[in-house]
Amino acid sequence: MAMTDQAPEMAVSDEVAIDIQNMNKWYGQFHVLRDIDLTVYRGERIVICGPSGSGKSTLIRCINALEEHQKGSIEVDGTILSSDIKNIDTIRSEVGMVFQHFNLFPHLTILENCTLAPIWVRKIPKKEAEETAMHFLTKVKIPDQANKYPGQLSGGQQQRVAIARSLCMRPRIMLFDEPTSALDPEMIKEVLDTMIELAEEGMTMLCVTHEMGFAQAVANRVIFMDAGQIVEQNEPKEFFNNPQSDRTKLFLSQILGH
Amino acid sequence: MSDTPRNIGAFVRHDQIPESPPPASETGIVGWVRQNLFSNVFNSILTLLALYFIYNLMADFLPWFFGGVWRAESIRDCRDILDGARGGCFAVLSERWHQLIFGIAYPQEAYWRPLLAFVLLFVAAAPVLFSDLNRKLLGFTAIYPFLAFWLIWGGTILNPVFGFLGFVVAYIVFDRLSHISFAISAIGGVVGAIVTWFVGGMIAAAVPELLALEAVPSRDMGGFMLNMILGTVCVSLSVPIGILLALGRQSDMPIIKIICVVFIEFVRGVPLITLLFVANVVLAYFLPPGTNFDLILRVIIMITFFSAAYIAEVIRGGLAALPRGQYEAADSLGLDYPQAMRLIILPQALKISIPGIVNVAVGLFKDTTLVSIISMFDLVGVIRGPILASTEWNGVYWELWGFAALLFFVVCFGISQYSQWLERKLATDHR
Ligand SMILES: Nc1ncnc2c1ncn2[C@@H]1O[C@H](COP(=O)(O)OP(=O)(O)OP(=O)(O)O)[C@@H](O)[C@H]1O
Ligand SMILES: [Mg+2]
Repeated sequence: MAMTDQAPEMAVSDEVAIDIQNMNKWYGQFHVLRDIDLTVYRGERIVICGPSGSGKSTLIRCINALEEHQKGSIEVDGTILSSDIKNIDTIRSEVGMVFQHFNLFPHLTILENCTLAPIWVRKIPKKEAEETAMHFLTKVKIPDQANKYPGQLSGGQQQRVAIARSLCMRPRIMLFDEPTSALDPEMIKEVLDTMIELAEEGMTMLCVTHEMGFAQAVANRVIFMDAGQIVEQNEPKEFFNNPQSDRTKLFLSQILGH
Repeated sequence: MSDTPRNIGAFVRHDQIPESPPPASETGIVGWVRQNLFSNVFNSILTLLALYFIYNLMADFLPWFFGGVWRAESIRDCRDILDGARGGCFAVLSERWHQLIFGIAYPQEAYWRPLLAFVLLFVAAAPVLFSDLNRKLLGFTAIYPFLAFWLIWGGTILNPVFGFLGFVVAYIVFDRLSHISFAISAIGGVVGAIVTWFVGGMIAAAVPELLALEAVPSRDMGGFMLNMILGTVCVSLSVPIGILLALGRQSDMPIIKIICVVFIEFVRGVPLITLLFVANVVLAYFLPPGTNFDLILRVIIMITFFSAAYIAEVIRGGLAALPRGQYEAADSLGLDYPQAMRLIILPQALKISIPGIVNVAVGLFKDTTLVSIISMFDLVGVIRGPILASTEWNGVYWELWGFAALLFFVVCFGISQYSQWLERKLATDHR
C-alpha cells in the first residue's frame, strides 16, 4: 500500500454530498444510533472506526436506506430520504455500496453481475453496459475473469468485482462496510489499492474499516464511534497522534498496540 | 514419556514423485467386485443372499413375462392357450389398450387429437425446460394450452382463440395503465379479459360450427390421458401460484400475508381426497343452479390449490436459505422489488428448491389417480371399473396394475432425471 505520512492533497469541494441531522435509530427498544450529525462534502474520504457493535455498519446502511431511521433527517445528493420507494431507489442508484462479504450474485457471471443493474435500473443497452463493465473490470485488474462465476474467484478478486459492480452504476458516493475484513492479508492490499485509486479520482467515500494505514493514506477525516454516537472526528494526523477522548485513546491503543 | 528431545529428521524434497497408475487390484471389474461385493465375510454372505434372492425373483418373473399371451378374447381364453404353462395374460392390455389410454367414452375416430396434443406438449415444454433453445419457441408455448384444449375437447376454434385473446387484452390493458398504479392496471387487465371472454363466448355460441372439431364432453375423458391432462395442467399452474404464495407469505403487507398464510395452512391441513369430494359434490351447492361448472375444471382447481400450497412451502425454504446479503446487494444497486425477485432472489431460491418442487410434482402426478374415487375413469378408474368388473377380464390383476405402475414410473422417473440434469446444469456456485 502506498503509505505516506500525510494525507495527499485531494480536492474537497463545499458542495454537500450527504447531510445527516440529528439522526436516531432504534432496534426495538435498543437505541443503536444517537443524535448523529454528519455532513459529508463532495470528494471527501471519510474513515469510520470504532469498537464492534458501536453502530458503524448501521450508520452507513442508513444512508442508502438498507436500514430505516426513526428520527432526524438524511439528505443524499439533495434528495431527502423518506419512506417513498421511488425516492429510496433514486438514492440507491446514486450510492454504491461494498459489503464485507462481497455479496456477489453467485448464479451470474462476473460480467452479468456488473451489467445487471445498469441494464435494468439505468436502462442502458446491453452492449454499452458490457463495455462499461469491461472498463471497470480492467480498472480493478480482472478483465480476464469476466466470464467466470463468483465462486471461481479468490476473495480479493471477488471484492474487486464487487467494487467494479458498484462503479458500473456510476455512483457519486461510495459506501464501504469493512471491505477487507473477510480477506487474507495478501488480498487486503489488492483491494485497498483499488480503493486508493478510487479516492485519488475524487470519489466521495465513506469507509468503515480498521485498516489504519489506509486511513492515514487517503482519509481526510476519521470518525470514531462508540455506543451509537460519534465520539470524535478529526483529520487523520491529529486523530492518530493526538486523540482527545479517553475512549478514542483506549481504542487506538488496542488496535495499534499489536 | 521421556524428556529426551526426539530427532525430528529435518527433510527437504527436491524431486517430484512421478505419477503412477493405481495397483491392479483397485481397478477393473475384478477390483470393483472384490472391493464392493466381497470385501469381508459378512459382505460376501450378503452378496450371495442377494444373488439368491434376485435369482428366485427372475426365475419367477422371466417365464411369466416371456411366456405371456398377447392375443386372446378373455381370461378363460388366456388360460386355454397357456394350458397350465406359466405366463401372464397380457392380452388384456392389447384388447383394452384404447380404454387404458383414452378411457371408455372418448370417440375412437378422434384419438389422433389427444395424441397430437401429447406430441406437441414436448415442443411446447422444450423451451421452458431447456433454456438454451431458441426463445422464439416460447411463442408456441404460449398458444399451446389453447391449442391443446381445442384438440382434446374439440368444438369451434373460436373458444380457444378468444381464450387466448382475453389474456392478450389483459396484458395490453395492464401495460397501458401500468404508469398510473399497479392496482388500477391489474383491475383494468382483469376487466379487459372478462369482457373479451364474454363477447367471445357470445360470438362462439352464435357460430358453433366455425372450424369445429367434434366436441367431446369432459365426462368422456379418461384413461391415462386424463392423468396426463390433470398432471400437466396442475403442475404448470401450481408452480407459478406456489411462487406467488411464497412471496406473499413474506410480504410486508399484512393483508396479503394473512391471506397467503391462511390459504397455505388450510390447504395443507386437509387431505387431497377431501378437497376432491368438495370439488365433486359440495361446490355444486355454492354455484347458482343451472351453471355447468365443468367437473375436470373443478378437480384441476382443487389439485392445483393443493400442490401450490406445498410448493409455496418448498420455495419458502429456498428463500429462507438465501443469505440476507443477496437481498441487500440487490437493494443497494437500486433494483426495485419485482426486479430483485425476478433477477436475483427467485433464480437462486428456485434452484435450491428444485428437489422439493420435483418431489411435489411427482407426488401430484401420482395423486391424479385419486380422481378414480370420485368416479372419474382415469387409468386406475378404468382398470378398477370397466375392465376388472367385466366378465372377460375379471381376475387379471398383476398384468393390469403392473402396466399402470410402469406407465407412472416412466413419467415420474423422466421428471426426476430431468430435475437432476437441471441441478447439475445450474450448479454455478462451485461450493
Ligand atoms: N437487525 C438487528 N436487530 C437488532 N439489533 C441489531 C441488528 N443489527 C445490529 N444490531 C445491534 O446494533 C448494534 C450496532 O450494530 P452494527 O452492526 O452497526 O455494529 P458495528 O459497529 O458495525 O460492529 P462490527 O464492527 O462488529 O461490524 C450492535 O449492538 C448489534 O447487536
Ligand atoms: Mg459492522
